Amino acid sequence: MSGFWQGAWTGWRLAFSLLVFPGFLFSVVIGFVLSWVDRVVTARVQYRKGPPFVQPFADLFKLLLKQTIVPEGASRLVFLLAPMLGMISMTITAVLLFNVNLNPQGSFVGDLIVLVYLFALPPLGLIIGASASRNPLSAVGASREMTLYFGYELPFLLALVVPIIKTAQVSGGIWTIRLGHIVMAQQQAGPFLYSVSGVIAAVLVLLAVQAKLGLVPFDQAEAEQEIMTGVYAEYSGVALAMFKITRAMMLFLLPLFLITVLWGGFGDWWAILKFLAIVVLVILIRNTNPRLRIDHALRFFWLLLGGFGILAVILAYARL
Amino acid sequence: MSKLGLWGLKKSPWVYHLAAAPCNNCDIEILELLTPRYDVERFGVVLVGSPRHADALLVTGVINRKSLPRVLEVYEQAAKPCLVICIGSCTCNTHIFRNSYNVVGPYDKHLPVHAYIPGCPPKPEAMILGVVKALSKL
Repeated sequence: MSGFWQGAWTGWRLAFSLLVFPGFLFSVVIGFVLSWVDRVVTARVQYRKGPPFVQPFADLFKLLLKQTIVPEGASRLVFLLAPMLGMISMTITAVLLFNVNLNPQGSFVGDLIVLVYLFALPPLGLIIGASASRNPLSAVGASREMTLYFGYELPFLLALVVPIIKTAQVSGGIWTIRLGHIVMAQQQAGPFLYSVSGVIAAVLVLLAVQAKLGLVPFDQAEAEQEIMTGVYAEYSGVALAMFKITRAMMLFLLPLFLITVLWGGFGDWWAILKFLAIVVLVILIRNTNPRLRIDHALRFFWLLLGGFGILAVILAYARL
Repeated sequence: MSKLGLWGLKKSPWVYHLAAAPCNNCDIEILELLTPRYDVERFGVVLVGSPRHADALLVTGVINRKSLPRVLEVYEQAAKPCLVICIGSCTCNTHIFRNSYNVVGPYDKHLPVHAYIPGCPPKPEAMILGVVKALSKL
């Protein structure tokens, strides 16, 4: 009997952490607040007043009310399932990230790699959904999203090698890809950001975050002026709301991931200021840059940032 | 229609700019409406690129035999509930083109219209007033 109650308690705790805190509900609410911050800071940059605090929630409720149209000739099942992919992966990401930071001992081998894959799922869902929608503009958007994904993943992965090398140096030559070990090494030896290679890696991750969020200068996949919001063009109602939710969760989780791997985790209250600094930096980059052409973006990521990534790895290896 | 959803619809009307053979005068006023000077994002109004996202179609221009099927197609593609807001005198009563051979009448002959905003072109303030009136009727 006690085994049954123990199992029920574990199941309840798992369900709670997935659905309420730090999983779905918590990260969605924080993400929507951040998307309001994004819109207000954008408005202030343009000398406007900006929307009220409840605006993202009003958008969400309205989208839930609206009709969901499946375009004629589209693959119905794939078209409606694709938005869920990103949402589910971001929910799991929230649980993993909070677990690692609140309890660094409890992380499992290779959770850094799991997180990299989980962050790859939202663009994948976008590509699948856009390809299933049988819209030429969506197809262009999907192809751009794919190109962009291959572009930013290279500097992103090279930048993630830096904390792995530094963790090995701190812990005396023991190589590890546990996120918990990376957090603990930073608690022991100070955040990895405060070094030359750390700064370069943080800039690379920041630009990859910008591209993962689909914000200017890397919003080619949803360029309103060229391809009418591209990948989202055929989505309406609940399916569009799911994409908005995924985007909001990513706006919350990607800066959190950057803090975890390079800026000492978020065990203390300073983390909130660090977090807001990163978010505001992302918003300011978004508001002060033009959109790059897709081939320029690819060249930027592979040649320039890829070169800097290799440089950062070499510098990290030389303990700089 | 749930209460929360209705509140959301009133607080975040996303508009789609449907230019059906206008003289561009009303369009320029619509663009003026969306500039920082009037800042309609305060009321949740956002310009969207696809009729699937639209809550309100801002139609401009006099409707003619060529543009009518296109306008109807865009209206059918919009996710409902979707308002139709006629901007400019051409859309309300065909204005100076009413005796033209190619004109097939004002919009309310073919579509359910929720607000008429006359003027050649109407001022952005008038457009805001018209949208507010159309939303408060819901």
